[in-house]
Amino acid sequence: MPDSLRLALAIAAKDIRAELRSRTALQSALVFAALVLVVFNFARDPTVLSATDLAASVLWVTFALAAMVALNRAFNVERENAALDGLLLAPVPREALFLGKLLANLAFVGTVELVTLPLFTLFFNVSLGAALPGLVGVMALATIGFVSIGTIFSAMAVRTRFAELLLPVLLLPFMVPPLIAAVQVTSRLLSGRPLSEMWGWLRLLALYDIVFVTLCMLVFSAVVDE
Amino acid sequence: MLRLLAGLMRPTAGEIRVLGRPLTRGEARTRRAIGLLSHQSFLYDDLTLLENLTFAARLYGLERPGELAAAALDRAGLGDRLGEVPRRLSRGLTQRAAIARALIHDPRVLLLDEPFTGLDANAADRLRADLHTRLGHGLGVVLVTHHLAEAWDLASRVAVLVEGRWAAYEPRAGALETFLPRYLGLIGA
Amino acid sequence: MVRRGLWLSATGLLGLAAVYVLALEFTPIEVRQGPAQKIFYLHVPAAWCALLAFSLVGVASALYLWLKDARLDRFGAASAEVGLAFSAVMLTTGPIWAKPIWGTWWTWDARLTLTLFVFFLFVGYLGLRAAVHDPAERARFSAVVGILGMLLVPFIHLSVYLFRTLHPQPIVLKPSAPSLPPEMLSTLVISTLVFTVLYLGFVTTRYGLALADELREEARDAG
Repeated sequence: MPDSLRLALAIAAKDIRAELRSRTALQSALVFAALVLVVFNFARDPTVLSATDLAASVLWVTFALAAMVALNRAFNVERENAALDGLLLAPVPREALFLGKLLANLAFVGTVELVTLPLFTLFFNVSLGAALPGLVGVMALATIGFVSIGTIFSAMAVRTRFAELLLPVLLLPFMVPPLIAAVQVTSRLLSGRPLSEMWGWLRLLALYDIVFVTLCMLVFSAVVDE
Repeated sequence: MLRLLAGLMRPTAGEIRVLGRPLTRGEARTRRAIGLLSHQSFLYDDLTLLENLTFAARLYGLERPGELAAAALDRAGLGDRLGEVPRRLSRGLTQRAAIARALIHDPRVLLLDEPFTGLDANAADRLRADLHTRLGHGLGVVLVTHHLAEAWDLASRVAVLVEGRWAAYEPRAGALETFLPRYLGLIGA
Repeated sequence: MVRRGLWLSATGLLGLAAVYVLALEFTPIEVRQGPAQKIFYLHVPAAWCALLAFSLVGVASALYLWLKDARLDRFGAASAEVGLAFSAVMLTTGPIWAKPIWGTWWTWDARLTLTLFVFFLFVGYLGLRAAVHDPAERARFSAVVGILGMLLVPFIHLSVYLFRTLHPQPIVLKPSAPSLPPEMLSTLVISTLVFTVLYLGFVTTRYGLALADELREEARDAG
């Protein structure tokens, strides 16, 4: 295994272990997601709108908001005892550092999404069935996109005083294209539409991921190195 | 200043050379030869000492990181506290762990930034003795401090930085008492 | 530099007054949309300037990360502020125009959507700058946002395009007819030029002010 990858995995493992010990961010994000779903559930009139029309949007808005809560944690852990300096001091390529953080963030946001999904089917009386594999696929694609940008922005925001406010302001415009695509694909999946109708959106998601993960990896050094 | 030497900051002009090699970014070999100890420990509060040091060993690409970590903590007198987390340790013990972490990759140059801050007399003595031994074994040390008495006897050279300029750079000769008036004059006290 | 900027801006503003007169008095009224259509002469150039400002911020950001020249960062900040103002103009004139013509305040057409995003990206960019105090860090961070933002634009465009091709839209009057009679076209071109002069004037002024601020800070620190 190339060194960079090994380092990235070690960093990701460290992050996950640290988070599992304190569990603060994970818990907040999960509770938040559940609450958002409950609010959505009570806010709609079931006699007017069928669940499937709104379902995809509700699901993804919930995911997006919960992701924002979870992303704040990523670089907060590095502020303890100036741990980030310890990382930067070592011969760790900045791309590997970014990748490690990205993988850890994906693990967290992914966990929140996977726990939220059954809650969603419960509240909105949606049956996933055959749509499930496709749904997990689109969840992975979209999440990779906005978490990679979220990782960069949380690295910047954590150095400021208003991190919790700044991160959403910076991140939301970037989340819109993957969110639109994800909602479109999800609603089609839930309605059992054929794959041909989703191709355009899936390609957009894939392209978005490739472009932004690469770009974020490249600019990460500008964010952490002085 | 120390951040520049450690490769944590990039100079706006000029070049930094460590062990004869320029400290350009990404120069893994040079980074492996440098260790930094500041008043921050670089430890993760929620990971055990063993986990912290093992992680540090991994960052430096060392073989058998777990064993190295355990051995390093043992040498630091923390062998019975491998499973404890920094959150619950005293400052003195954390400092010891931080030293172990800074030296785990056996650097040839150790940079110290006010390392005696917050240490009680015992811990400070222990650190001084440790540094003395290592200096004897060929470790290069750059120690930055405002408390000259703490490190005077360890030094072979003394440098004074005033407002970004070198005001003095000479071999350390004689007792601190003789140097002190000159020092105070240089910093404009 | 501030003075040069102010002169340019003053020229631009005079030009703007001239455009107003030109648009209201000398340009024919559009048959289908009536007098309300004339806001088009403000709306389109404002959009053009906002996008110009945005692209320049992106380019300056990329160049900054490569060359590390503080002037590029200062320019990016100035351009972002001016761009924010122009995109605000575009976003307010858009609905003002849309309501009497289409009966709706907003539409998710490509240009409006893009400008809305550019507006938000400017807000984020400037918000980040306000929150970071160290100048070097602020410059680096802004540059990163600038580059990422610049690359977001094609994706916004793509999203809107996909949305429209897969969703049948109600037939609406297009904001700009594909072929304009010569008087309208010339007014539009003149207005665009005036707006560009305004952009240059404002950015120069803002740049000059930022530079003056920095010099004053340095003098104060040294003294």
